[in-house]
Amino acid sequence: MPGVLELSGIQKRFGSVQALRGADFVLADGEVHALLGENGAGKSTLMHVVYGLVQPDEGTLRLRGAERRIGSPRQARALGIGMVHQHFTAVPALTVAENIALAGGWLGHPHDLCRRARSLSERLGLPLNAEERAGRLTVGMKQRLEIVKALAADARVLLLDEPTAVLAPPEADELLAVIRAFADSGGSAVLITHKLDEALRVADRVTVLRHGAVTYAGPVAGESADSLAHAMIGPGTKPNLLAGDARRLPLATVGAALVRIEALELSRESGYGIAVRHGGLKIHGGEIVGVAAVEGNGQRELLRAVAGRTLPLRGRLEVKRPIGFIPEDRTSEGLIPELSLTENITLGLDREAPWVRRGHIDWAHARARTSELLQEFGIVAPGPQASAASLSGGNQQKLILARELSRAPAVLVAENPTRGLDVGAAAAIHARIDAAAAAGAAVLFYSSDLDEVLHLSHRIVVMCRGVLTEVAATASRAEIGSMMLRDMPA
Amino acid sequence: MNRVGWALGAVVLGLGMLVAGLYLTGYDAAAALAALWTGAFGSWYAFTSATLVRAVPLILIGLGIAIAFRGGAFNIGAEGQFYAGAIAATWIGIHLSTQPAWLAIPVLLVGSVVAGAAWVAVPVWLKLRFGVIEVISTLLLNFVGESLVSLLVQGPLQEPSGIYPQSDTIPEVARLPVLQGSRLHAGIFLALAAALVLWYLFQRTLWGFRLRAVGAGPRAAEVSGGVDAQKTGAMALFYSGAMAGLAGGVEVSGVSYALFQNLSPGYGFTGIAVALLGGLNPMGVLLSGTLIAGLEAGAGAMQRDAGIPAVAVYVVEAVIIIVAMLATTPRGGWIKARVVRRIRPVMPRAAT
Repeated sequence: MPGVLELSGIQKRFGSVQALRGADFVLADGEVHALLGENGAGKSTLMHVVYGLVQPDEGTLRLRGAERRIGSPRQARALGIGMVHQHFTAVPALTVAENIALAGGWLGHPHDLCRRARSLSERLGLPLNAEERAGRLTVGMKQRLEIVKALAADARVLLLDEPTAVLAPPEADELLAVIRAFADSGGSAVLITHKLDEALRVADRVTVLRHGAVTYAGPVAGESADSLAHAMIGPGTKPNLLAGDARRLPLATVGAALVRIEALELSRESGYGIAVRHGGLKIHGGEIVGVAAVEGNGQRELLRAVAGRTLPLRGRLEVKRPIGFIPEDRTSEGLIPELSLTENITLGLDREAPWVRRGHIDWAHARARTSELLQEFGIVAPGPQASAASLSGGNQQKLILARELSRAPAVLVAENPTRGLDVGAAAAIHARIDAAAAAGAAVLFYSSDLDEVLHLSHRIVVMCRGVLTEVAATASRAEIGSMMLRDMPA
Repeated sequence: MNRVGWALGAVVLGLGMLVAGLYLTGYDAAAALAALWTGAFGSWYAFTSATLVRAVPLILIGLGIAIAFRGGAFNIGAEGQFYAGAIAATWIGIHLSTQPAWLAIPVLLVGSVVAGAAWVAVPVWLKLRFGVIEVISTLLLNFVGESLVSLLVQGPLQEPSGIYPQSDTIPEVARLPVLQGSRLHAGIFLALAAALVLWYLFQRTLWGFRLRAVGAGPRAAEVSGGVDAQKTGAMALFYSGAMAGLAGGVEVSGVSYALFQNLSPGYGFTGIAVALLGGLNPMGVLLSGTLIAGLEAGAGAMQRDAGIPAVAVYVVEAVIIIVAMLATTPRGGWIKARVVRRIRPVMPRAAT
């Protein structure tokens, strides 16, 4: 079938991470095409190639049969491709009409721009108050504006990156109806999502990505949530982790419960709404508990509360100290790139480190200890006085781990501890976490990679819409996958 | 060191621009530089009475700016805080002169410190309560400070005859001792001591380490370091204001003995250049403060002896500020910082 847009064999590598591995994608005229995949599967990267934000290392892109290389978003827009990003891109201080005119390259009297903007938004079925400042719109209206903006330059191909992620169900329904209407009138839309029911409801065809490669492409008719979930999460990459395999047992004898959570409620990081509802969990010394969840289901809030970084709304939360915490974002939360390794090791240890006495720091002592840790954790660095920025991602992560483990934590909390690392560095981190548990620590970690959760955990809990569910030791990979996705909001 | 290289480069480039400018406009550049040197460092008298006298407020303010910038807070309001300190010192000097003589100077200086900190309390409160950016609020308070001085010297603090727009002079007991045969006052020891103490605090104490951590990586300082970044930044602003206030008090007590308009020839702004040129390092601030003070002292001599407008020296200062700004951007240099920033979000470093 000839498509409006055809991508074939797209490869893209970011440093040590292969984001796309020969992905193919065909978009037909007048269709809504769902692009499914877990976080980090390469969905956004693939569409960024189409929109000119990312240049592929290999592969071809054809637009209406002609081979193209799209060098910039400006060029993409000139070719009739519009994109709605995950984040809002409107200028808050400008009015709705001004934002639309800016996106569409319209010129004219403000009055005419207003009229044009109003008539466009009404024609699309997305009415907006053209005189309102964009910064004052509600979230639903902002998302609406983003779509009108994307279509202002007469786009015939519309790329939408998780457009319903921030919307309430009725708003999402409305938006999906608009996308459907856009396709029915001859346009083509790509809907990036990880919500299965959304794809099943509005899409004509679906492409599923997993680790940068296409695992399924075809019509939606005849597919079910289970079959798509299977394509998204895959059969598992390691044979010994196939369905039905028993979980690993803790290496050490399970000790006392070091983390006790009862009827815990946490608010969202943004401050609005509830992230964790009535959560209950116990973690004993020597145990590694992995959290399996799709991004934004409350796992981040849970981990930060256990790590003592946020306070619970209500419920019981008892965590034995000291606590080691490995935050998700290495270079902005885990360490300070422009400070030296010694200073980064001292960061957060300063209350208990032997080289800090009555407010004075003995840096010679700190340097000596840092050198020891570099050796012990196999961190490749010029020396303890090198800046943290000079280390590779894997070595930075080892440095953070070295600091957090050097305080002999009773409880270790880790968010996506191997994100962006290559296999070797990831294995080293895994070995360290294993060793910490074997030494008696209770470990709670989250990974957006289900394989990593399966590989490293003794016990698994699934978080879906803020609800914590313990997974039976006999649950298969596919069962866990559907638990993660089952209750996704419509 | 890299920092030293940048600073020297800034000074050389600035002087080079001055020479080029003078040459192109037909002045005798060699005579100008000679006059500049003589006026700044050419004699013991010039060095102490012209250069070091100007260096004292610049160093004190520069150290305060260094505290704020190191803590990630941008205090652009040292000029206003300097005036707040000067007002407090004058008021105390005039009104509380009956107490024991040995107490006069300490009380006066403590008063100016408190006044400087109080002046910055408004921006701190606005920042913590409403998220008002301190760059704007501290800057705007400079104009308030200058206007307040105008108001006071023509009103409540005006000298008794009511002719001149300036305050009465403070009594002898409230004046800092002066080095024989020069105009240099004991404030220089205060500046030296402050630099040493601050160097120690930055390098050797938990307080200084946390301040630097908050400035360099506020999120990491909070999440991994357990430091309250907001509070630390606010405290840095207070200390910074206190130092600028002290500079105002020292200027009144050591040099002017009275309050009048334009008491400061822009010390609060030049202090920012001093701090940046000194690499936000207390020892560096000692050197850069002396150097910039020398330039300003020499500018006067240049005008007198070589007939070149003193404002020409501001070209040098401007170039120094710009180059120093480039040097203090994260990761050692502007160009490198740009490149790193552009590449980093897309390309994670190769792992081991």
